[in-house]
Amino acid sequence: MSQVRAVAQPAAVEMRGVAKAFGACVANRDVTIRVERGTVHAVVGENGAGKSTCMKMLYGLYRPDCGEILIHGKARAWRSPRDAIAAGLGMVHQHFMLAGPYTGLDNIILGDEPSQGFWRWLPAAWRPIDRSQARRRLQELMAAYHLQVDLDVPVETLPVGVQQRLEILKLLYRGVDILILDEPTAVLTPQEVDEFFSNLCRLKDQGKTIIVITHKLGEVLRYADDVTVLRRGATVAERPVAGMTAPELAELMVGRVVHLQVAPPPSPKLGAEQLRLAKVTMGQRGEKPKLADLSLVVRSGEIVGIAGIEGNGQSDLLRLLLDPGRYLHRASSGHRITARGEISVLGRDVSSFSAKALRALGLGVVPEDRCQQGLLLSQSLWTNFLLGVQRMPRFGRFGFIRRRQVTSALAAAIKAFDVRPADQQQIASGLSGGNQQKLIIAREFIGDPRLFICAQPTRGVDVGSIEFIHQRILDARAGGTAVLLISSALEEVMALADRILVFYDGKIVQEFRRGEADEAKIGHFMGGGSRGDD
Amino acid sequence: MIKSRSKDAIWRALRPVIAASVGLLVGVAFTAMAGEQPWNVLRVILKGAFGSTYDLGLTLFYTTPIILTGLAVALPIKAGLFNIGAEGQLNMGALAVAAVGILCPQVPQPWNILLAVTAGFAAGAFWGSIPGWLKAYRGSHEVITTIMLNFIAAGLTGWAVLALLPSLDSQNPESARIAPSYLLQHFSWFGDAPVTWALPMAVAAAVLVWVLFRFTIPGFKLTATGLSPEAAQVSGISVRFQQWLALTLGGGLAGLVGVAEVMGNSGRFRIGFSPDYGFIGIPVALLAGAHPLGLVFSALLFGALQKGTAELDLETTYVTRDLAAMIQAMVVLAVSAEGGLTLWRRHRLAAKSMKPTRVKD
Repeated sequence: MSQVRAVAQPAAVEMRGVAKAFGACVANRDVTIRVERGTVHAVVGENGAGKSTCMKMLYGLYRPDCGEILIHGKARAWRSPRDAIAAGLGMVHQHFMLAGPYTGLDNIILGDEPSQGFWRWLPAAWRPIDRSQARRRLQELMAAYHLQVDLDVPVETLPVGVQQRLEILKLLYRGVDILILDEPTAVLTPQEVDEFFSNLCRLKDQGKTIIVITHKLGEVLRYADDVTVLRRGATVAERPVAGMTAPELAELMVGRVVHLQVAPPPSPKLGAEQLRLAKVTMGQRGEKPKLADLSLVVRSGEIVGIAGIEGNGQSDLLRLLLDPGRYLHRASSGHRITARGEISVLGRDVSSFSAKALRALGLGVVPEDRCQQGLLLSQSLWTNFLLGVQRMPRFGRFGFIRRRQVTSALAAAIKAFDVRPADQQQIASGLSGGNQQKLIIAREFIGDPRLFICAQPTRGVDVGSIEFIHQRILDARAGGTAVLLISSALEEVMALADRILVFYDGKIVQEFRRGEADEAKIGHFMGGGSRGDD
Repeated sequence: MIKSRSKDAIWRALRPVIAASVGLLVGVAFTAMAGEQPWNVLRVILKGAFGSTYDLGLTLFYTTPIILTGLAVALPIKAGLFNIGAEGQLNMGALAVAAVGILCPQVPQPWNILLAVTAGFAAGAFWGSIPGWLKAYRGSHEVITTIMLNFIAAGLTGWAVLALLPSLDSQNPESARIAPSYLLQHFSWFGDAPVTWALPMAVAAAVLVWVLFRFTIPGFKLTATGLSPEAAQVSGISVRFQQWLALTLGGGLAGLVGVAEVMGNSGRFRIGFSPDYGFIGIPVALLAGAHPLGLVFSALLFGALQKGTAELDLETTYVTRDLAAMIQAMVVLAVSAEGGLTLWRRHRLAAKSMKPTRVKD
């Protein structure tokens, strides 16, 4: 059938029965995608469904095991992304590939520096760079696509939204007419997201073809023309977006109906203060403080959510909370980050506590970066389960590990949290993001902590697991645990938190009670807006 | 799945054997250029190392300190640190053992032995704790500091031996004799070879280190620190303390070499007694993949090489001491290259996985 269509009007991109396996792990089994020219095509799926793998094959980073890839009706096989770019196909990665200290202009021409014809006799690498030529072309492009970027300041000083524009501009400069965008809105403020959508429309109107990988369903409905749903490495649906609803799409993704909004029960009566920060300031001498005059309280039985764009002090707060003694009560010296203020945990002043002493108090922590901070990736589930619970008396006797206790506790945890595969000897890096996170949360709930600090609990986690994890956090609250939730996913904070503290620039700029605010209001403060211009 | 796991285990055990054999064969092949029959050279090495109980005894005598220095390198490796200071640590240990043996002749059996062993361990541990502290609390790189402390230890022990514990009955650069009650009996089975209880002690140390990592919580903390300092820190393990501890324990194990040398062999501190035992410990630990039990075997290999190649000088016409050293060097080189072999295999596995695989849903 596609043959017939291909003759009529070849699709910009077509993948037919593409499969890719890494050892025993099959990332793609049977992916079929057809992207029409001049459309915005969303590729959605849970984490681990194979979105990234199939896009990396499209972009030439991986070679497919079988199946074929057609660009404008012609079968192609890339040896590297360079071939893909030459054929007019470019990708904007989720984490931008920009050299921070270089200017926007230099970033764009990097690797493909123009020079004047006069120097043609020199080897390419030795030719003087002709920036004015590049600048002229970029100015034309910026005008044509309304993508304004300051080309002459170091890229690292630009806001994230502008950096993204720069990435798109880079592709346009290289003559790309099919753009792949990987999770383009993950790092943007709500305002920047709007801006991004209008840019997307403009690109489409100019005849560009755009493929967006995402798991934000609301966005798909807003801007995409067609959507391909992947599940377990295979295409399960491909259809126009018009007329679809979010629950419908979510159901296609996970194969069952998902409640996107966790309906929280009304707050029970609040108990004792389990976490208290009073006038905490943290930073390096001579620099802008990372945290400024921060005060907050989390009580038993409530979830306090911290919303904010990443990099506004959340990570610093977490670092301070996990190792207060390292930063507090230290003479401020030249190049060391120090902090002032008071922190108490579970009713005790912990200002001088080391990470070890703090964890011995018995609190649960889900770290921000689960691969680096939460897991020993090369080790088994068993070993990973032991990490952090090794201090508990029930898992040790005279310094020896009580292996049977660990094994049975892990078996129970795997069952309760539905970690898959349920093989204790499975290596942690072989688990999907959602299962890794479930393992960490299961481990941190051992010993019923009265304070649970959880950062980005559902980052990179599939929809099914999100719901599950959210439910567990709510259960903990119902059981009288105090929960501090730090998340850059606004919907998550709004769905779970009883109080929302908005971080901007190391300060709490606004506090909302549950239900008081909508995304627009919170987004306004997240983006640095003040109360006046609300 | 399970099948591939056991296959992996076999390969892991086989790898170092292949590496060592290749190194030995290449090294021996070089002797052909010098005009020897390679097979004859190999035969001399084997006979030199294992030809008689006496030869075997000497091989084991060389093996003992190498087990300990191998452990001194392997234990910090588990915690993510590279200890190149075993040479200095063993000198400090030997100095302490000699000092106890000379200064406390009255301590009754068996407490004197216990005292000397403790002193050797403590002195090595102290010497290891210095780079440990510098690493953990000051961020100095342990490779630099451990190397530097080797020189300081050499100078310090030399001075201490000649100035504080001088030998009155000899002109050699060595200390006075330790009290006879400190001398370890030689096992008679090996003839005159100085094989003593130091060998079982070294093997027991290896078993203890293995138990530490395999079954205990302190061992797990060290391992976690080595695998991911960040994750260890977040989970409430004091990474700094673990780093300090790893280098301190490593130093202590190296310090036990003093027991083997001073109490088991010479009865005194001879300046420069170690033919770089501390450095041989590095390939020994790497060849065994830092596995404490595997390490006993790789130490035996290096002990045998030490003994076997020593015979070449006498038993062959053209193989000099230097050429013998080169054969050892080839083994070290092959061991280092073994990492490449692993990579090559992984590459091949990856190539295999390019073939499509179908699984049930």
